[in-house]
Amino acid sequence: MNAIELTHLDIAYGPTRVVHDVSLAIAEGESFALVGESGSGKSTILKAIAGLAPDWTGEISVLGSPRAHRPDRGFAKSCQMVFQDPYGSLHPRKTVDDCLAEPLAVHGLKGRDGRVKAVLAAVGLDQRFRFRYPHQLSGGQRQRVAIARALMLEPRILLLDEPTSALDVSVQAEILNLLKKLRREQGLTYLLVTHNLPVVSFLCDRLAVMRHGRIVEVAHVEALKRGALAEPYSRELYAASGGTLQPA
Amino acid sequence: MSAVRDWLLDDSPSSRLQASLGRTWRSFSALMRNPLAVAGALIILALIVMAIFAPLIAPYSATGQDLANRLMPPSAIHWMGTDELGRDIFSRVVYGSRITLMIVTMVAVISAPIGLLVGAISGYFGGWADRVLMGITDIFLSMPKLILALAFVAALGPGIENAIIAIAITAWPVYARIARAETITFRDSEFIAAVQLQGASSARIILRHVLPLCASSTIIRVTLDMAGIILTAAGLGFLGLGAQPPMPEWGAMISSGRNFILDQWWVATMPGFAIIAVSLGFCFLGDGLRDVLDPKQRDGR
Repeated sequence: MNAIELTHLDIAYGPTRVVHDVSLAIAEGESFALVGESGSGKSTILKAIAGLAPDWTGEISVLGSPRAHRPDRGFAKSCQMVFQDPYGSLHPRKTVDDCLAEPLAVHGLKGRDGRVKAVLAAVGLDQRFRFRYPHQLSGGQRQRVAIARALMLEPRILLLDEPTSALDVSVQAEILNLLKKLRREQGLTYLLVTHNLPVVSFLCDRLAVMRHGRIVEVAHVEALKRGALAEPYSRELYAASGGTLQPA
Repeated sequence: MSAVRDWLLDDSPSSRLQASLGRTWRSFSALMRNPLAVAGALIILALIVMAIFAPLIAPYSATGQDLANRLMPPSAIHWMGTDELGRDIFSRVVYGSRITLMIVTMVAVISAPIGLLVGAISGYFGGWADRVLMGITDIFLSMPKLILALAFVAALGPGIENAIIAIAITAWPVYARIARAETITFRDSEFIAAVQLQGASSARIILRHVLPLCASSTIIRVTLDMAGIILTAAGLGFLGLGAQPPMPEWGAMISSGRNFILDQWWVATMPGFAIIAVSLGFCFLGDGLRDVLDPKQRDGR
């Protein structure tokens, strides 16, 4: 069974079609990257899977069951999302504790105290951060909270929307290491959106290169590491990020 | 004392209670650094104390008549003089604070939640819900406050309860507009998307995530509106449509004093002073609250 399967997916924002005929299959436990320049539709695919971009046709299935066009409770437990901007993704008037306990309250789960403590430990945040407000945290700490929130319901899939691009370089490395560790420990499936190719080679198994709302190429990360991407556009992207090209 | 303060200002609170108390304390001490806000708060506090302990503070009964001592000027015996029925004006002003306080509290309790809820629902859902709710809001907003209140009182009959209902009905549309505008600014933000993804219902998102963010601007606005509410209530009382005699309502007192305003100025002036003082108090407090509660100025990013 595939973790995420997209079949002939078209996504529109109002009258504009943003994504054209995308088909993808991501295996369970895999870490898959969507790369491309901004405006290529990669984040939109993530939003459509999450239910935040409801205007799509085609098929999306997650862990074998077809997705509805809106967020729903059952889906919440299998798939969660980490957003790009840790400054905008945390409620400014809620403490870390409120923010983490909320998904448990929504689903009527017991043992909130223990679970909040465990997840804070898992994302490497000290317990003294538990009752702080977001404005008392740094960007990296906020992103850890956002990751912790996504993990509260113990999902098997994480959708990561440029999780490090709003952070400075040293903090980026910390967050990437954390994501790598979490995936190893919890057997998570990642679907990562990024324009940063080194992040892909660090964190992912396969990647899809997107341009103008279409998938140009799906490649194994080994091909990326060797600089042996097939399509001209992928090679251009690779060269632009400072890699040395090998003959395809 | 300093131990308590350190506990409140602790950078890493160890419980939910400590975190929220700490935040309240920070807002409170910021408010206390604003001299106008302190003045406003003191006036409001005096009003509340006066209302609670009216029987202990007032030297005479508010309704007891003494026709031998009609229209006495202010003196050591009657601090604010007496009115046309020989009633002690100071005692009436003191008892009148109860009515004023009741009016502003009731109006705030009725209109603020209605306005908040209508605005948040309208802003959060958008589309036709927004159009219908804002259409209704605009209809209420387009009518002059006092005239609409007059119409309602005329329909429902004069009296303090009907005056409260009438003022509340005219007060909520402003709060709905504010709440809607605030809601729209963060409706599409990622922290709302995150709770949607967790499977939270729309009702839960509006009540627990949207409303807390609209609350502070509404509180500020309500506090600033209190002066207007008091004036509208006084206006209704002045026109004989609010509190009925012999209730010591400040507007009604001015109304009855207007017959003697040239020779016995104190009858109308004293309750007038009370109205001005309390209105100013609410305005000062509202301005101070705006400086403290406005998240754009305080929290930063």
